[in-house]
Amino acid sequence: MSLWKQHAKFERHSLLLIVGILLVVSIGGLVEIAPLFWLQGTIEKVQGVRPYTPLELAGRDIYVREGCYLCHSQMIRPLRDEVERYGHYSLAAESMYDHPFQWGSKRTGPDLARVGGKYSDSWHRDHLMDPRSVVPESVMPPYKFLADKELDYHDIVDRMKTLRTEGVPYTADEIANAKKDLEAQADPFSTDAVALRGRYGAKVVNRDFDGDPNKITEMDALVAYLQMLGTLVDFKSYKAQAPENQR
Amino acid sequence: MSAPSKISASPPAGSGVLLVISAVGAFLAILGAGLTQDPIFRLQIGTIALAGVIAAFVLNGGLAGGTLRDHPDQYSDNVIKAGVIATMFWAAAGLLVGVIIAAQLSWPRIFYFPEFGFLNFGRLRPLHTSAVIFAFGGNALIATSFWVVQRTCKARLAGGITPWFVFWGYQLFIVLAATGYLMGATQGKEYAEPEWYTDLWLTIVWVAYLLVFLGTIWKRKEPHIYVANWFYLAFIVTIALLHLVNNAAIPVGLLNHKSYDVFSGVQDALVQWWYGHNAVGFFLTAGFLAMMYYFVPKRVERPVYSYRLSIVHFWALIFIYIWAGPHHLHYTALPQWAQTLGMTFSIMLWMPSWGGMINGLMTLSGAWDKLRTDPVVRMMVVSIAFYGMSTFEGPVMSIRAVNALSHYTDWTIGHVHSGALGWVGFISFGAIYCLVPWLWKKKEMYSTKLIEWHFWIATTGILLYIAAMWVSGIMEGLMWREYTPQGFLAYSFIETVSAKHIENVIRTVGGLMYLAGALIMIVNVWKTIASPSAEPAEASAAPATAIA
Repeated sequence: MSLWKQHAKFERHSLLLIVGILLVVSIGGLVEIAPLFWLQGTIEKVQGVRPYTPLELAGRDIYVREGCYLCHSQMIRPLRDEVERYGHYSLAAESMYDHPFQWGSKRTGPDLARVGGKYSDSWHRDHLMDPRSVVPESVMPPYKFLADKELDYHDIVDRMKTLRTEGVPYTADEIANAKKDLEAQADPFSTDAVALRGRYGAKVVNRDFDGDPNKITEMDALVAYLQMLGTLVDFKSYKAQAPENQR
Repeated sequence: MSAPSKISASPPAGSGVLLVISAVGAFLAILGAGLTQDPIFRLQIGTIALAGVIAAFVLNGGLAGGTLRDHPDQYSDNVIKAGVIATMFWAAAGLLVGVIIAAQLSWPRIFYFPEFGFLNFGRLRPLHTSAVIFAFGGNALIATSFWVVQRTCKARLAGGITPWFVFWGYQLFIVLAATGYLMGATQGKEYAEPEWYTDLWLTIVWVAYLLVFLGTIWKRKEPHIYVANWFYLAFIVTIALLHLVNNAAIPVGLLNHKSYDVFSGVQDALVQWWYGHNAVGFFLTAGFLAMMYYFVPKRVERPVYSYRLSIVHFWALIFIYIWAGPHHLHYTALPQWAQTLGMTFSIMLWMPSWGGMINGLMTLSGAWDKLRTDPVVRMMVVSIAFYGMSTFEGPVMSIRAVNALSHYTDWTIGHVHSGALGWVGFISFGAIYCLVPWLWKKKEMYSTKLIEWHFWIATTGILLYIAAMWVSGIMEGLMWREYTPQGFLAYSFIETVSAKHIENVIRTVGGLMYLAGALIMIVNVWKTIASPSAEPAEASAAPATAIA
């Protein structure tokens, strides 16, 4: 059959073979991925979603650094048991400022998409320091060192500027006050907390997340991040069945 | 090639240039290490500086002392020897880390060390996956591709010193990635964890690899490009494409290890799994199919079963694989049309995958008796069988309704390991059992009995591993969704964790057995290399004929 003979061209010309390979492997990615960047329906705008505060961002970077995503998902599927166990299913908008996304692929531990506010700060601290002290059957590693290690935020402004370049809408005001906001959020008695809330919303809380008033530790940042996870969207007022959310 | 072996007085082309690049690179790296405020970046760039200094020192010594010489009339086999040794070293390292993290999940009170945070599961897990996929698998692919492309093209590797640059450059990539993970340098994307500077370095090495491979093909004395080389080429080119897109990131500073991925949320998720699934498709499948297409026919001394099947399944495989990524994102916030497309193509992928399996297995037509007598053939056949099994399991798991149960569970881990331990591991071990006597000019491996031991211990280990993960994965998936008659969730999450303890232990034992098999192989390879040479085999002087 002549068709088989045609293939000999690919077998004799390495550049033709490469061009053929590149064409064939490009189609699927172009069809599936490219539309996500311009189809309006991919991410519905949802009220309440905002960029991370500087302390939360520092905490998120620690979450990424420690590889938490390898055992904890942040993506609740619209299945009855998941919604009852973890809360409202995750919306695309809730991770729209996540560089990188942390949806995860494995639940060696539970989903964390809505862990914010479920436990107290001191529970989180105890659990991170020694997971088996509060959950005896846990297989999670201990993170005692986070409570000892002072948070290094000398480059927090650079981090926020990098994210702004990538499309996270940090304002000039937020970037100029990054260090002040970070310190304010970790201090329950801060006078700057009002300004922090002015920039990031009334729900932002300033607390001593790790229970150690003497220094801002990595534990402060991580707990601050965990405590805001999934709390941005008010699901009492969000109507999943509304036509604009049903597209 | 057939002319009597003569040693050229001149060093391999590019040696001087590489010396200058190493020295300048080392200087710049030392400068960077001195200027940065970031301790992780200082250690990482310090590693680069050290590598540059060593490279410059060795190259300078070789050039000045005249020991660095080109052998234009011979195949470049020394770099393949180095590749085989590196493959076995990283196999042991990667499998060992796997056993450690399996033990951590089995006995967290014993195997976690609160004082040593860098040994936590979250940092060792990327170390394990990268060590087995990129260090063990990558070295196996580079070493075998260098052997196969030379033999099937009847040409020496192109590029003078460049193959050595590819080899050592790739080892530097592995060391940078591995030490980075332990210190906490990660992009936080599965199987793409190395930070921006490590990614850039890999890009340079990978382009050099592509050029060496292509350059050798251009020098070929055979009109046809052998089928194994199509697969190697698809693997090299597509991995370059995936790597560049998925690792697009902006560093926080030029002297800062941290970078942020340019994509976010739902788009990032699909880019990541487009990459992640095709790391499986092109790194762990196409590359190792190339290995199968050379080493199986060679070992059983039979031609490839069907030339037409190899054409059809090659193009179908690389076309369809690329679409399959969204099956990692069923029921997520990814638009449903993308999920459905991904699922559809994943199911179609079953066919070209089995095309490869059939072509590999049927190559044994008329030589099935070798299964009884040659444990290397048995290893490769079992490998192809595992390939068939896991490429059937994959499409099943990509069906939305099945995925609702299997996703997030140990079933996925079991699926990955039937592919990784069974297919990738065994076909690589089989290829290396072939290569070692050829490279070091021995009649055969030191001990066939040790190969038998390796085969049976490792096979039993895989079966224990995947059976344990099937049980624990399906069990936890069912427990998560179980309701009491009153309509409440039947189990708390932690009950599903403690229910898996015994399966975790069995998995650890299975992994330990697989590691034991690899250690037996290392002893066998070592003894073979150390044994006296039987005869000056023809392998490197006269080009072997390709079976096409």
